[in-house]
Amino acid sequence: MRTLFQLMVVQFKEFVREPGILFWSLGFPAIMAWILGIAFTKQGEIVRNVALVRGERPAHEIRQMLEEASLVDSAGPHRVFRSAGEPASAASGSFRIAETTWEEAIVRVQRGQAILLMHERPDGVHVYFDPVNPEAELAYLHLAALLDTSARRTGTVIAEPLSERGMRYIDFLVPGLIAMGIMMSAMWGISYSLIEKRIKKLLRRMVATPMRKSVFLLSHFLSRTILSGIESVLLFVFAWWYFDVTIEGSLAALALLFVSGNMAFTGMAVLVSSRTRNAEVGNGLINAVVLPMMIGSGIFFSYHNFPEWLVPYIEPLPLTMLADSMRMVFIEGAGIAAVWMHALVLAAIGAVLFVLGQRMYRWY
Amino acid sequence: MNSPAISVQRVRKYFKDVKAVDGVDLTIRPGEYVALLGPNGAGKTTLVEMIEGIQRPDDGEILINGKSWKQAEQELRRILGISLQETYFIDKLTTQETLTLFASFYGLGPGRVVEILRLIGLEDKRKTYVVNLSGGQRQRLALGVALLNDPKILLLDEPTTGLDPTARREVWDILVHLKKERTQTMVLTTHYMEEASFLCDRIVIMDRGRVLADGTLDALLSVHRKGEIIEFSLEGKGSATMPPFLGPYPLVYDEHTERWRVEVEDTARDLPRLMDLLKQNGRILASFECRKTTLEDLFLSMTGRKLDQDTSATVTT
Repeated sequence: MRTLFQLMVVQFKEFVREPGILFWSLGFPAIMAWILGIAFTKQGEIVRNVALVRGERPAHEIRQMLEEASLVDSAGPHRVFRSAGEPASAASGSFRIAETTWEEAIVRVQRGQAILLMHERPDGVHVYFDPVNPEAELAYLHLAALLDTSARRTGTVIAEPLSERGMRYIDFLVPGLIAMGIMMSAMWGISYSLIEKRIKKLLRRMVATPMRKSVFLLSHFLSRTILSGIESVLLFVFAWWYFDVTIEGSLAALALLFVSGNMAFTGMAVLVSSRTRNAEVGNGLINAVVLPMMIGSGIFFSYHNFPEWLVPYIEPLPLTMLADSMRMVFIEGAGIAAVWMHALVLAAIGAVLFVLGQRMYRWY
Repeated sequence: MNSPAISVQRVRKYFKDVKAVDGVDLTIRPGEYVALLGPNGAGKTTLVEMIEGIQRPDDGEILINGKSWKQAEQELRRILGISLQETYFIDKLTTQETLTLFASFYGLGPGRVVEILRLIGLEDKRKTYVVNLSGGQRQRLALGVALLNDPKILLLDEPTTGLDPTARREVWDILVHLKKERTQTMVLTTHYMEEASFLCDRIVIMDRGRVLADGTLDALLSVHRKGEIIEFSLEGKGSATMPPFLGPYPLVYDEHTERWRVEVEDTARDLPRLMDLLKQNGRILASFECRKTTLEDLFLSMTGRKLDQDTSATVTT
C-alpha cells in the first residue's frame, strides 16, 4: 500500500516538476479548447454557403419562395437568409446565398466555398450536393425543411446527387491529404530526428567534424522531400485506382507546389527543433504547430464553414495555401500560371523560417 | 613546427553556481600523451570541450597548433579526433555504416573504414546495429570514429568510464598500439589512476577547476616526500588509544574503512617502530598491508578526498 502510494507520488512529482510537460499537457489543450470553442460557439450559429443559379424561365421565383418560407433577405453583396422571428438556432443555422453562373457555382462547390448548389429549373429547385458528405446532406435537410411549407405549395425541391468527378468529397479530400502528408513528413520526420540527435549528443559529435552544418540540414530537406514524394505518389495511385481521382491540371505545377511545400515545412521543422533538449517539449511544440493547421486549414472539411472572421487568419497558413492550390491543380485543372504565386510565398516562408531557425540553432 | 600542440592560457569558465575551470594554464607539446586526472566535477570535461571548440571559454586563450578556433575552425576540425564523454550513435545503423557516415565528413572512402574496423577489432561486428553492441564495443566504435581522419591531436573524454576491466583493457590495447607509432598527441580525461599511469607519459591532476600537479608519474610521486604507505587495522574498537604520530609521520584513521594509514619513507626502517608503538599501547594487529604510494594517495594527501569521489564529498581524516 505504501509502495503504491509512493510510486504514485513520484509520478505526480515527475509530472509537476517538468514545466515543459506541464504546459503541453495542461496549458496547450486548454488553449486549443479555448480557440476552437470561440471559433465554433461565439457566433452561436453556423452560416452555410449556398451557390444559387437562376434559370432563364424560372417557374418559381426563388426569392419569393424564400420569403414565403419566412426566410428574410438581409441585404449585402451576398444575401444572408435567416429564420425570421425566432432567434436563429444553431440547429437550423442560416444560409448565405450567392447568385452566380453555373460554371462559377461548380468552382465554388469544388473549392468548398459552397456546400450546396441550387439551380432554378422549370420543374422546381434542384439542390445539388455530394450525398456521401454528411455535412452537405445536413445542410440540404435544413434547407429543405425551411423551404418545406412553400415548396409543397408552389413547387418542389429536388435533391440531386453530385457524383461526377471533381465534385465529390474524395476529390476534395485527396489533394488535402497529400498536402498534409508533406507537413507531417517534414514536421515529424525532420524536427523529431533533429531533437533526438541533440538529446543523444550525436549532433554535437557530428558538428565536431568538418561536416558543414548547412549540408547537414540540406540532407534532411532532400531526403524528406524524396520520402514524402513517394508517399504522395502511393496515396494518389491508390485514390486513382479505387476512387478514380485524377489530376486535371499540369504536373509541372503540382511538382512546383510539392517542392515549395516541402521547403515551407522544412523551414518550420528546423525552427521548431532549433532549441529544445527535451523530447516531451519537442513533441508539444510539433503538435502546437501541426494541430491547428490540421484542423484549420480545411483538410477534412472546408474552412469556409468556419465563422467568417476566422477565414482571413486561416488563408495565409502554409498548409491552407498548399492544400488550396493543390486542389486547384487536381480538380480545376490549374497550371503554373495559376499557382506560382502561392509556390513562391511557400518557398519564401520556408527560407525565412529556415534562416531564423539556423541563426538560433543549438548545436551543442 | 616548434609551437605547442595545445596551448591553454589563463582559461576560465564559470557556470551558474560552479567555477568549472578556474584559471588553467597548460602547454602540451606535439607527440605527448597527457592524462587529465581528477574526480567527477573537477572540470576535466569542460576543459577538454573548450579545447575541442565545443564550449567557449569565458576568459583566456586556447591555441591548437598555434591557431585559435575563431581563426581556423575548419582546419582544426580536420586535425582533431574527438571522443565525447557519452555519444549515442544512430541505433539502427551498423558499425560499418556509422563509420562510413563519419568518414564522408572527412572525404574518406571505404578503404579507411576497413582499416579502422581492423584497428578497433570490430571486423566481425561490422554488420551489427549500434544498439546491439556492448558498452565496450560502443566505446571502441567511438574511438574508431575519432581516429578516422588520422588526427594529429586525439582528445578522449573518459574513454573507459563504466566499462568492465576486460573491455577497458581492450580500449587500452588500441591506445597502446597507437602510442607505439607516435604520430599523434593525445589528451585523455579519466578518474582512474591506473589508466593515467598506464597510458600517459604526463599526468595533470585537476580538482575544482584548477591544476593541482603536473608531471611524469615518477616526478609526481617523488615530489611526494615520503615513499611508502602502511595500512593496518586493529583488534577491538576505539581509535583514541593510539598516539597521533609514528615518529615524524602522522597516523591517520579512516572511519569508513576502520583502517589506519601512515605514509613513511622506508618501510624496512619504519616498520619496527610501528610494532613498538603498538606494543606500548597494548594493541594487536588485525590486518596489515604495505605498498608504494600511488597517484591515489597523492590526490588524497593534496585534497583530502579520493579520486573516485565527487568533489563535494570529503573523507574524514
